Amino acid sequence: MALIDLNKREIHCKIVYYGPGRCGKTTNLFYIYNAVSEKYRGKLLTIETRGERTLFFDLLPINLGKIHGLDIRIQLYTVPGQSHYRATRKLVLKGVDGIVFVADSLRKRREKNIESLIDLKNNLKEYGLKLEELPLVFQYNKRDLINANIPLLTIEELENDLNKDLKAPYFEAAALKGIGVFETLKEISKRTVKYVARKYIFNQAHKRAQGGVL
Amino acid sequence: MGTMVVTTEKVKELQKVLNAQLLAIGVSLAILIDEAGNVIVAAGNENGVDTTSLAALAAANFGATAQIAKLLGEEDFSILYHKGKRDNIHFTKIGMDFILVTIFTDEIPLGLVRLRVNQVAQELLNLLSEND
Repeated sequence: MALIDLNKREIHCKIVYYGPGRCGKTTNLFYIYNAVSEKYRGKLLTIETRGERTLFFDLLPINLGKIHGLDIRIQLYTVPGQSHYRATRKLVLKGVDGIVFVADSLRKRREKNIESLIDLKNNLKEYGLKLEELPLVFQYNKRDLINANIPLLTIEELENDLNKDLKAPYFEAAALKGIGVFETLKEISKRTVKYVARKYIFNQAHKRAQGGVL
Repeated sequence: MGTMVVTTEKVKELQKVLNAQLLAIGVSLAILIDEAGNVIVAAGNENGVDTTSLAALAAANFGATAQIAKLLGEEDFSILYHKGKRDNIHFTKIGMDFILVTIFTDEIPLGLVRLRVNQVAQELLNLLSEND
Protein backbone atom coordinates (compact mmCIF):
# COMPACT_ATOMS: atom_id res chain seq x y z
CA MET A 1 0.00 0.00 0.00
CA ALA A 2 1.61 3.21 -1.13
CA LEU A 3 1.34 6.15 1.20
CA ILE A 4 0.91 9.72 0.06
CA ASP A 5 1.73 12.04 2.94
CA LEU A 6 0.47 15.50 2.06
CA ASN A 7 1.68 16.85 5.38
CA LYS A 8 5.36 16.09 4.68
CA ARG A 9 4.72 16.19 0.92
CA GLU A 10 6.09 12.69 0.39
CA ILE A 11 5.09 9.64 -1.62
CA HIS A 12 6.18 6.30 -0.17
CA CYS A 13 6.29 3.25 -2.45
CA LYS A 14 7.36 -0.30 -1.76
CA ILE A 15 9.39 -2.20 -4.33
CA VAL A 16 10.22 -5.85 -3.72
CA TYR A 17 13.14 -7.71 -5.30
CA TYR A 18 11.93 -11.27 -5.80
CA GLY A 19 13.65 -14.34 -7.19
CA PRO A 20 15.16 -17.73 -6.32
CA GLY A 21 17.78 -18.16 -3.59
CA ARG A 22 21.29 -16.97 -4.42
CA CYS A 23 20.19 -15.06 -7.54
CA GLY A 24 21.57 -11.71 -6.31
CA LYS A 25 18.67 -9.75 -4.79
CA THR A 26 20.63 -8.64 -1.74
CA THR A 27 23.66 -7.93 -3.96
CA ASN A 28 21.52 -5.44 -5.89
CA LEU A 29 20.63 -3.64 -2.66
CA PHE A 30 24.21 -3.62 -1.42
CA TYR A 31 25.41 -2.13 -4.67
CA ILE A 32 22.76 0.59 -4.57
CA TYR A 33 23.54 1.31 -0.92
CA ASN A 34 27.26 1.74 -1.62
CA ALA A 35 26.78 3.78 -4.78
CA VAL A 36 24.16 6.28 -3.55
CA SER A 37 25.28 9.23 -1.45
CA GLU A 38 24.13 9.30 2.15
CA LYS A 39 21.87 12.24 1.46
CA TYR A 40 19.65 10.08 -0.73
CA ARG A 41 19.54 6.87 1.25
CA GLY A 42 18.54 5.63 4.66
CA LYS A 43 20.02 2.79 6.68
CA LEU A 44 20.35 -0.62 5.12
CA LEU A 45 18.58 -3.12 7.30
CA THR A 46 19.32 -6.80 6.83
CA ILE A 47 18.05 -9.83 8.64
CA GLU A 48 20.19 -12.72 7.53
CA THR A 49 21.35 -16.13 8.68
CA ARG A 50 24.97 -16.83 9.52
CA GLY A 51 25.50 -18.12 6.03
CA GLU A 52 24.68 -14.63 4.75
CA ARG A 53 21.39 -15.74 3.32
CA THR A 54 18.46 -13.42 3.81
CA LEU A 55 16.33 -14.77 6.64
CA PHE A 56 13.46 -12.30 6.60
CA PHE A 57 14.18 -9.31 4.36
CA ASP A 58 16.60 -6.53 3.56
CA LEU A 59 15.34 -2.98 3.47
CA LEU A 60 16.92 0.05 1.86
CA PRO A 61 15.00 3.35 1.84
CA ILE A 62 16.08 5.73 -0.94
CA ASN A 63 15.01 9.20 -1.91
CA LEU A 64 14.53 9.82 -5.61
CA GLY A 65 14.04 13.58 -5.45
CA LYS A 66 10.96 15.62 -6.18
CA ILE A 67 8.16 15.20 -8.67
CA HIS A 68 5.53 17.97 -8.73
CA GLY A 69 6.77 19.20 -5.36
CA LEU A 70 6.40 15.77 -3.74
CA ASP A 71 9.42 13.88 -2.41
CA ILE A 72 9.55 10.36 -3.81
CA ARG A 73 10.66 7.89 -1.15
CA ILE A 74 11.10 4.31 -2.19
CA GLN A 75 11.59 1.39 0.10
CA LEU A 76 13.49 -1.44 -1.54
CA TYR A 77 12.86 -4.85 0.02
CA THR A 78 14.27 -8.26 -0.79
CA VAL A 79 12.76 -11.61 0.14
CA PRO A 80 14.49 -14.79 1.25
CA GLY A 81 14.77 -16.87 -1.92
CA GLN A 82 15.01 -20.40 -0.53
CA SER A 83 11.78 -22.23 -1.22
CA HIS A 84 11.01 -23.12 2.42
CA TYR A 85 10.64 -19.42 3.34
CA ARG A 86 7.39 -19.07 1.45
CA ALA A 87 5.44 -17.67 4.42
CA THR A 88 8.07 -15.00 4.96
CA ARG A 89 8.04 -13.99 1.30
CA LYS A 90 4.32 -13.57 1.44
CA LEU A 91 4.64 -11.24 4.44
CA VAL A 92 7.17 -9.04 2.68
CA LEU A 93 4.88 -8.75 -0.34
CA LYS A 94 2.18 -7.14 1.76
CA GLY A 95 1.42 -3.71 0.32
CA VAL A 96 3.85 -4.09 -2.60
CA ASP A 97 3.69 -1.42 -5.32
CA GLY A 98 6.33 -2.72 -7.75
CA ILE A 99 8.37 -5.87 -8.35
CA VAL A 100 11.82 -6.64 -9.72
CA PHE A 101 12.16 -10.30 -10.57
CA VAL A 102 15.83 -11.20 -10.42
CA ALA A 103 16.46 -14.37 -12.42
CA ASP A 104 19.61 -16.44 -12.17
CA SER A 105 21.24 -16.89 -15.57
CA LEU A 106 22.99 -20.13 -14.56
CA ARG A 107 21.64 -22.93 -16.69
CA LYS A 108 21.34 -25.26 -13.70
CA ARG A 109 19.05 -22.73 -11.97
CA ARG A 110 16.48 -22.77 -14.76
CA GLU A 111 13.84 -24.68 -12.79
CA LYS A 112 14.39 -22.52 -9.70
CA ASN A 113 13.62 -19.36 -11.68
CA ILE A 114 10.40 -20.81 -13.00
CA GLU A 115 9.39 -22.13 -9.57
CA SER A 116 10.05 -18.74 -7.97
CA LEU A 117 7.92 -16.91 -10.53
CA ILE A 118 5.02 -19.32 -9.92
CA ASP A 119 5.47 -18.82 -6.16
CA LEU A 120 5.34 -15.04 -6.67
CA LYS A 121 2.11 -15.30 -8.65
CA ASN A 122 0.55 -17.52 -5.99
CA ASN A 123 1.58 -15.25 -3.13
CA LEU A 124 0.19 -12.19 -4.90
CA LYS A 125 -3.04 -14.01 -5.60
CA GLU A 126 -3.55 -14.45 -1.87
CA TYR A 127 -3.54 -10.64 -1.56
CA GLY A 128 -5.93 -10.33 -4.50
CA LEU A 129 -3.16 -9.00 -6.76
CA LYS A 130 -2.14 -10.06 -10.25
CA LEU A 131 1.43 -9.90 -11.50
CA GLU A 132 0.14 -8.76 -14.90
CA GLU A 133 -1.34 -5.64 -13.29
CA LEU A 134 1.63 -4.61 -11.14
CA PRO A 135 4.71 -2.67 -12.26
CA LEU A 136 7.28 -5.37 -13.06
CA VAL A 137 10.83 -5.48 -14.38
CA PHE A 138 12.97 -8.57 -15.00
CA GLN A 139 16.66 -8.61 -14.29
CA TYR A 140 18.70 -11.42 -15.82
CA ASN A 141 21.64 -11.53 -13.45
CA LYS A 142 25.14 -13.02 -13.57
CA ARG A 143 25.59 -12.36 -17.31
CA ASP A 144 29.31 -11.77 -16.71
CA LEU A 145 29.81 -15.47 -15.95
CA ILE A 146 29.68 -16.17 -19.66
CA ASN A 147 33.36 -15.16 -19.75
CA ALA A 148 34.15 -17.76 -17.10
CA ASN A 149 32.87 -20.55 -19.34
CA ILE A 150 29.98 -21.39 -17.02
CA PRO A 151 26.89 -22.67 -18.85
CA LEU A 152 24.33 -19.86 -18.90
CA LEU A 153 20.80 -19.63 -20.20
CA THR A 154 20.48 -17.41 -23.25
CA ILE A 155 18.36 -14.27 -23.02
CA GLU A 156 15.89 -15.89 -25.44
CA GLU A 157 15.55 -18.89 -23.13
CA LEU A 158 15.04 -16.69 -20.06
CA GLU A 159 12.50 -14.56 -21.91
CA ASN A 160 10.68 -17.63 -23.11
CA ASP A 161 10.67 -19.27 -19.65
CA LEU A 162 9.59 -16.24 -17.63
CA ASN A 163 8.49 -13.27 -19.66
CA LYS A 164 6.67 -14.75 -22.65
CA ASP A 165 3.21 -13.66 -21.55
CA LEU A 166 4.11 -10.83 -19.18
CA LYS A 167 6.20 -8.92 -21.71
CA ALA A 168 7.77 -6.77 -19.02
CA PRO A 169 10.99 -4.87 -19.69
CA TYR A 170 14.18 -6.76 -18.87
CA PHE A 171 17.78 -5.86 -18.13
CA GLU A 172 20.92 -7.92 -18.37
CA ALA A 173 22.98 -7.53 -15.22
CA ALA A 174 26.05 -8.47 -13.25
CA ALA A 175 24.91 -7.14 -9.88
CA LEU A 176 28.22 -7.81 -8.13
CA LYS A 177 29.89 -5.37 -10.53
CA GLY A 178 26.92 -3.04 -10.64
CA ILE A 179 26.16 -3.68 -14.28
CA GLY A 180 22.44 -3.23 -14.94
CA VAL A 181 21.62 -2.47 -11.29
CA PHE A 182 20.71 1.18 -11.72
CA GLU A 183 19.04 0.59 -15.09
CA THR A 184 16.73 -1.88 -13.34
CA LEU A 185 16.09 0.46 -10.42
CA LYS A 186 15.38 3.42 -12.65
CA GLU A 187 12.86 1.54 -14.77
CA ILE A 188 10.97 -0.04 -11.85
CA SER A 189 10.90 3.26 -9.93
CA LYS A 190 9.51 5.11 -12.93
CA ARG A 191 6.83 2.50 -13.48
CA THR A 192 5.93 2.25 -9.79
CA VAL A 193 5.60 5.99 -9.23
CA LYS A 194 3.46 6.28 -12.36
CA TYR A 195 1.28 3.37 -11.17
CA VAL A 196 0.82 4.84 -7.69
CA ALA A 197 0.06 8.31 -9.04
CA ARG A 198 -2.44 6.95 -11.55
CA LYS A 199 -4.17 4.88 -8.87
CA TYR A 200 -4.37 7.93 -6.61
CA ILE A 201 -5.83 10.14 -9.34
CA PHE A 202 -8.31 7.43 -10.28
CA ASN A 203 -9.40 7.06 -6.64
CA GLN A 204 -9.88 10.79 -6.28
CA ALA A 205 -11.97 10.92 -9.46
CA HIS A 206 -13.94 7.90 -8.30
CA LYS A 207 -14.65 9.49 -4.92
CA ARG A 208 -15.78 12.70 -6.58
CA ALA A 209 -18.04 10.77 -8.92
CA GLN A 210 -19.55 8.89 -5.97
CA GLY A 211 -20.07 12.16 -4.13
CA GLY A 212 -21.93 13.49 -7.15
CA VAL A 213 -24.33 10.57 -7.17
CA LEU A 214 -25.04 10.79 -3.46
CA MET B 1 -5.05 -2.56 -1.01
CA GLY B 2 -5.08 0.93 -2.45
CA THR B 3 -3.10 4.06 -1.95
CA MET B 4 -3.46 5.70 1.42
CA VAL B 5 -3.46 9.48 1.48
CA VAL B 6 -2.90 11.45 4.67
CA THR B 7 -3.53 15.17 4.70
CA THR B 8 -1.96 17.72 7.05
CA GLU B 9 -5.29 18.00 8.90
CA LYS B 10 -5.46 14.22 9.34
CA VAL B 11 -1.90 14.09 10.66
CA LYS B 12 -2.74 16.83 13.15
CA GLU B 13 -5.88 15.07 14.33
CA LEU B 14 -4.04 11.76 14.75
CA GLN B 15 -1.18 13.44 16.56
CA LYS B 16 -3.62 15.19 18.85
CA VAL B 17 -5.11 11.86 19.90
CA LEU B 18 -1.67 10.29 20.47
CA ASN B 19 -0.52 13.32 22.44
CA ALA B 20 -3.62 13.55 24.61
CA GLN B 21 -3.93 9.84 25.39
CA LEU B 22 -0.42 8.41 25.28
CA LEU B 23 2.23 11.09 25.58
CA ALA B 24 0.20 12.62 28.39
CA ILE B 25 0.80 9.52 30.55
CA GLY B 26 4.54 9.59 29.85
CA VAL B 27 4.90 7.36 26.77
CA SER B 28 8.12 8.40 25.01
CA LEU B 29 7.12 7.66 21.44
CA ALA B 30 3.94 6.51 19.71
CA ILE B 31 4.03 5.57 16.03
CA LEU B 32 1.09 4.64 13.87
CA ILE B 33 2.12 2.45 10.94
CA ASP B 34 0.39 0.44 8.25
CA GLU B 35 0.90 -3.26 7.66
CA ALA B 36 3.17 -2.57 4.68
CA GLY B 37 5.60 -0.91 7.10
CA ASN B 38 4.95 2.78 6.31
CA VAL B 39 5.00 5.37 9.09
CA ILE B 40 1.69 7.24 8.98
CA VAL B 41 2.26 9.47 11.97
CA ALA B 42 4.68 9.63 14.88
CA ALA B 43 4.33 11.58 18.11
CA GLY B 44 6.87 12.05 20.86
CA ASN B 45 10.62 11.91 21.11
CA GLU B 46 12.11 10.40 17.94
CA ASN B 47 15.69 11.20 18.93
CA GLY B 48 17.97 8.38 17.92
CA VAL B 49 15.15 6.11 16.78
CA ASP B 50 15.21 5.04 13.14
CA THR B 51 11.44 5.05 12.65
CA THR B 52 11.64 3.74 9.04
CA SER B 53 13.43 0.56 10.11
CA LEU B 54 11.29 0.30 13.23
CA ALA B 55 8.10 0.45 11.17
CA ALA B 56 9.33 -2.17 8.68
CA LEU B 57 10.40 -4.53 11.45
CA ALA B 58 7.24 -3.96 13.50
CA ALA B 59 5.04 -4.78 10.51
CA ALA B 60 7.11 -7.87 9.76
CA ASN B 61 7.10 -8.91 13.40
CA PHE B 62 3.33 -8.60 13.52
CA GLY B 63 2.97 -10.60 10.32
CA ALA B 64 5.26 -13.33 11.61
CA THR B 65 3.45 -13.69 14.92
CA ALA B 66 0.12 -13.74 13.10
CA GLN B 67 1.41 -16.84 11.31
CA ILE B 68 2.39 -18.36 14.67
CA ALA B 69 -1.13 -17.57 15.90
CA LYS B 70 -2.59 -19.41 12.91
CA LEU B 71 -0.50 -22.48 13.74
CA LEU B 72 -2.21 -22.45 17.14
CA GLY B 73 -5.64 -21.99 15.62
CA GLU B 74 -5.87 -18.30 16.53
CA GLU B 75 -6.72 -15.58 14.02
CA ASP B 76 -3.81 -13.41 15.18
CA PHE B 77 -2.26 -12.02 18.34
CA SER B 78 -3.68 -8.53 18.57
CA ILE B 79 -1.16 -7.35 21.17
CA LEU B 80 2.61 -7.84 21.33
CA TYR B 81 4.86 -6.64 24.10
CA HIS B 82 8.65 -6.71 24.41
CA LYS B 83 10.38 -5.80 27.63
CA GLY B 84 13.82 -4.25 27.64
CA LYS B 85 16.15 -3.11 30.43
CA ARG B 86 15.10 0.50 30.07
CA ASP B 87 12.62 0.79 27.22
CA ASN B 88 9.61 -1.35 26.52
CA ILE B 89 7.66 -1.63 23.32
CA HIS B 90 4.01 -2.45 22.85
CA PHE B 91 2.29 -3.21 19.53
CA THR B 92 -1.46 -3.19 19.01
CA LYS B 93 -3.40 -3.95 15.89
CA ILE B 94 -5.73 -1.11 14.88
CA GLY B 95 -8.47 -2.41 12.60
CA MET B 96 -7.32 -4.62 9.74
CA ASP B 97 -4.50 -2.57 8.28
CA PHE B 98 -2.78 -0.56 10.99
CA ILE B 99 -0.51 -1.07 13.98
CA LEU B 100 0.10 1.29 16.87
CA VAL B 101 3.63 1.08 18.27
CA THR B 102 4.17 2.51 21.73
CA ILE B 103 7.57 2.92 23.40
CA PHE B 104 7.78 3.66 27.12
CA THR B 105 10.15 3.32 30.06
CA ASP B 106 9.74 1.19 33.17
CA GLU B 107 8.34 4.14 35.07
CA ILE B 108 5.06 3.86 33.18
CA PRO B 109 2.92 0.90 34.26
CA LEU B 110 2.18 -1.53 31.44
CA GLY B 111 -1.44 -1.77 32.57
CA LEU B 112 -1.95 1.95 32.07
CA VAL B 113 -0.42 1.82 28.59
CA ARG B 114 -2.66 -1.08 27.64
CA LEU B 115 -5.73 0.67 28.98
CA ARG B 116 -4.98 3.88 27.08
CA VAL B 117 -4.07 2.03 23.90
CA ASN B 118 -7.39 0.20 24.05
CA GLN B 119 -9.24 3.46 24.55
CA VAL B 120 -7.44 5.16 21.73
CA ALA B 121 -7.75 2.31 19.20
CA GLN B 122 -11.31 3.02 18.10
CA GLU B 123 -10.69 6.74 17.95
CA LEU B 124 -7.71 6.24 15.65
CA LEU B 125 -9.59 3.78 13.51
CA ASN B 126 -12.46 6.23 13.05
CA LEU B 127 -10.05 8.93 11.97
CA LEU B 128 -8.22 6.59 9.60
CA SER B 129 -11.33 5.28 7.92
CA GLU B 130 -12.95 8.67 7.40
CA ASN B 131 -12.98 9.84 3.81
CA ASP B 132 -11.31 13.14 3.11
